[in-house]
Amino acid sequence: MVQALAWESAWSRCLPDNSTLMPASVRAPEGSQGEHTSRQSSWGGMGVRGHVSPLYERCLESALLGCALISVATTVGIVLVLAFETAAFFSVVSLWQLLGDTEWTPLFAEKRFGIWPLVCGTFLTSAIAMFVALPLGLLAAIYLSEFSPAVLRRWLKPSLELLAGIPTIVYGYFALVFVTPALQAVVPGLAGFNSLGAGIVLGIMLVPMISSLSEDALFSVPHSLREGAYALGAGRLPTIFRVVLPSAVSGIAASVILAVSRAIGETMIVAIAAGQQPRLTLDPRVPVETMTAYVVQVSMGDTPTGTLEYRTIFVVGAALFLMTFVMNAISHTFKRRFRTAV
Amino acid sequence: MMRTSGNTVERLFVGLCLLAVFLPLGLLALLIGDVVLDAVGRMSWEFISGYPSRRAERAGILPALVGSLLLIALTAVLTLPAGVGAAIYLEEYGKRNRLAGLIEINIANLAGVPSVIYGLLGLGLFVRALGLGRSVLAGAATLALLVLPIVIMSAREALRTVPQSLREACYALGATRWQAIRRVVLPMALPGILTGAILSLSRAIGETAPLIVVGALTYVTFLPDSINSPFTALPIQIFNWVSRPQKEFLVNAAAGIVVLLATMLLLNIMAILLRNRLQKRSA
Repeated sequence: MVQALAWESAWSRCLPDNSTLMPASVRAPEGSQGEHTSRQSSWGGMGVRGHVSPLYERCLESALLGCALISVATTVGIVLVLAFETAAFFSVVSLWQLLGDTEWTPLFAEKRFGIWPLVCGTFLTSAIAMFVALPLGLLAAIYLSEFSPAVLRRWLKPSLELLAGIPTIVYGYFALVFVTPALQAVVPGLAGFNSLGAGIVLGIMLVPMISSLSEDALFSVPHSLREGAYALGAGRLPTIFRVVLPSAVSGIAASVILAVSRAIGETMIVAIAAGQQPRLTLDPRVPVETMTAYVVQVSMGDTPTGTLEYRTIFVVGAALFLMTFVMNAISHTFKRRFRTAV
Repeated sequence: MMRTSGNTVERLFVGLCLLAVFLPLGLLALLIGDVVLDAVGRMSWEFISGYPSRRAERAGILPALVGSLLLIALTAVLTLPAGVGAAIYLEEYGKRNRLAGLIEINIANLAGVPSVIYGLLGLGLFVRALGLGRSVLAGAATLALLVLPIVIMSAREALRTVPQSLREACYALGATRWQAIRRVVLPMALPGILTGAILSLSRAIGETAPLIVVGALTYVTFLPDSINSPFTALPIQIFNWVSRPQKEFLVNAAAGIVVLLATMLLLNIMAILLRNRLQKRSA
């Protein structure tokens, strides 16, 4: 009887999360308690009937685990490759040169290795992109979650997500051929390559990232909260701004930070439309070069492997990896906080 | 619950929200319209079946198209078994296991790594350390690692839709865990797995940056004859045309984009058809 109770509780513990840790044979459903002892023997792969041997099962499980470990190996590979080439770089150039100089000219005769112009270019395009994506994405999320009829929402959300599925090279073309000439009619002194056009198009690309994830966050705020606000006499807008948005804030923050990380790592739009001239400026009208665009620029040229110029792309890559990694980690923390809060 | 107070501020706000939804959609329509309009003079059979040329009006896209298709096929071969295997492990074996938790966090992280970093990994690992050179295989291996997190996530999603009760029924009939997976769970999840896989591959076909870093060529006048041959791909060819100063090449880029988008659309339609068909069969 005691044993039956123990199984009963194990069974109920397994229920909520659909766990497959225990084979269902152990979680005997109601009415079959009498068979516990015989079923217990098949737990752990012992006493399996049929033509599949326990050894075979064990091997298969290991092979599947091996597949899953490829992803871990990928991370390790990225870190090793970046660390290896970066270490070789730092054996020639000091960290002080990298962080203390304000010029980035590794491809010139007189080489200088100040990474700030690239960081600045990345910052500038990402900031412009977020300036576009944040209001649009957030307002779109509010519309989809709070105002849109269910039918419309079913159509609008996937349509917006189409924006995220367009290859970035297409956006790059659009920024260079359509958006920049259009902006040149309005903004005086806008160069053919500039961070403004690239940033705006990058922002448009990021709208679905913010709108989709934020909408999920807003939508999962319990309806009782809204009803409580209405019951207290609050109108719709006060309810949204005072109740719904604050409850979803960590979910929204997660989506925004993820979008920033995507903006920093985005390559083709900025490589095509923002130019390839590293310079330390916050002027959105002139050509700049982002970290990602620099990697592309060097890869397009015929820089011999093993040279210092070649290693700079790994150094820039390592910096990029660190920045996006931190962003993604913060976003992940927010997301988890949101899940536990709602 | 639905208060229909018609005050102006609220209506203005809703209008603003609507604008935020339709402005990006309008821009998307504008983008596609602009590209198609630019391309329309250049779209011809000669363009699709031709080789690149220094003269813009004679340049074609065949090596890039063949390169992209070969690349995607190879990527699929490399990434699908590993991705589905990993998904099965995480979904069916690894619940509540610390190692599986670690792998899960790792996959979430990988999905956020910029694609250009995968290019650097491919360059350091496949091109140099493993000595594959700047070949189709090196490019495909890089893309395979790039889409692996997406393939795993979508395959897990599909496996999760198989009701737990079916697994339990299998165990009750004396099936081992693998037998249940092989005979019941996988066949049921297959439409979802395949759809997710094709969708992630259609994303891979538009990837440009990692291939540039791995070393795809930009001017190829031959078709790749083996997996060790140098290659180019649609997005690379488009990038090459976009970065030329002459206006005529921009038209070629637009036409190339139309071919790229059409290929992606075709893959997506295939995914939907496949899903509908398999779902009907299993229903």
